[in-house]
Amino acid sequence: MLAMLNIAMMFFSEGGEAKGGLLDVNPGLIFWTFVTFVLLLFILKKLAWKPILTALSERENLIKDSLDKAEKARIDFEKLTEENKVRMAKAEEEAQKIISQGREYAEKIKAQMMEESSSQAKKLIADAQAAIERKHQDDFNRLKAEIAEIAVNSAEKIIRENLDKEKQLKIVDKYIQDITKN
Amino acid sequence: MFYQHAENIADSVKTALKPAGEQDTGWILHHILDSKQLNFEPFGTINLPTIHLFGYDISITKHVVFMWLAAVILLTVLTIVSRSYKKSLVPKGVSNFMEILIVFVRDEIARPTIGKGFEKFVPYLLTTFFFILTCNFIGLFPYTATSTSNISVTATLAIISFGVIQGGGMRKNGVFGYFKGLLPHGVPAWLLPIMFVVEILGLFTKPFALAIRLFANMTAGHIVILALLGLIFILRTYFVAPVSVSFALFIYLLEVLVAVIQAYIFTMLSSLFIGMAVHQEH
Repeated sequence: MLAMLNIAMMFFSEGGEAKGGLLDVNPGLIFWTFVTFVLLLFILKKLAWKPILTALSERENLIKDSLDKAEKARIDFEKLTEENKVRMAKAEEEAQKIISQGREYAEKIKAQMMEESSSQAKKLIADAQAAIERKHQDDFNRLKAEIAEIAVNSAEKIIRENLDKEKQLKIVDKYIQDITKN
Repeated sequence: MFYQHAENIADSVKTALKPAGEQDTGWILHHILDSKQLNFEPFGTINLPTIHLFGYDISITKHVVFMWLAAVILLTVLTIVSRSYKKSLVPKGVSNFMEILIVFVRDEIARPTIGKGFEKFVPYLLTTFFFILTCNFIGLFPYTATSTSNISVTATLAIISFGVIQGGGMRKNGVFGYFKGLLPHGVPAWLLPIMFVVEILGLFTKPFALAIRLFANMTAGHIVILALLGLIFILRTYFVAPVSVSFALFIYLLEVLVAVIQAYIFTMLSSLFIGMAVHQEH
């Protein structure tokens, strides 16, 4: 307590030294504060502030760049999607066109083939008819010739026999029977 | 004048205290004032070396020791923080906390008050902020002292701030341009000499206010706490102890707040004055 009293007395005694009053200015402390602060400022500037601040701004730039890039990518993607949509629509249209064209072509070919086949069939039928007709004619002609020959032969025989009417009739009947036998 | 008054007061206090014996208030100042020994009662005391240079006493005092402690803490922590940024740009733990403060000083103090070209002053403002903050907080631990509750320390910080303010202004506007820019526009010619003197005085009052503000704020809390605790011994009763302790605790919490606020205000005002000196057109 005596020491405390001494300090109190020092405070109240004028011309205080290092342990002066509350508002006494101590040159030694000013010197040390100055030295400490300035050294701290320079060391921290080199050791801490510069790397930290550059790292911070670097990171801020990185974040900004990343956001910008993301935004750009998004816009690009949207554009691409739009383009794709357009392209898809175009492709669809083209495909539709190709399909319809194919269908048309097939229709045409079918019609053509139908036509061709029908005409061929007609031709075949006509040919067949003509052949039949010809054969018919041939047969008829042959029959005609045969009939004529038979008629002539029978007439000849009749004439040769020169018989009476009854006989003639008999002969005719006989010949007719012959014919039928033949 | 001042000393005569002080002498008178001292005399009257001394005579008043003599019969009271041990009932003095010296012990409060003993805790607050600088001294040449570190007091670790009841574990003992460490006497600090006395150094004289060119007739000046530049001893390592208690406040110097705790100032250095603050410097060492800052160097250690901030070196760790700056190293952590080399590993990854994403902060973690201590770095994250320090980054909040650093970004706060840069974006909330320096950028809006200085404006264009604020980057040059950021290291100074950061150092000031962290140094004052650490010194303030160190003073809140037992067996320590608040270096910033010493007028010499705060005055030196204010003088450095003054140097930065004037240096920044002169660098930007030129020495002549800077002094010319101090004078407001549209003032009658005959007023100019007076205005010049007033403005020059204004330059000095700003750092003076800085020094006094920090010193007074950091001292007041300690004095109030000590006075409250002293009540127990002055009134010589245990019944006052709960009141004293709870009030002291409240003031202590207030001091935590004040420690942050004063570091912020000192930095903020320095930054503001730098901004005014650099961009004089405002």
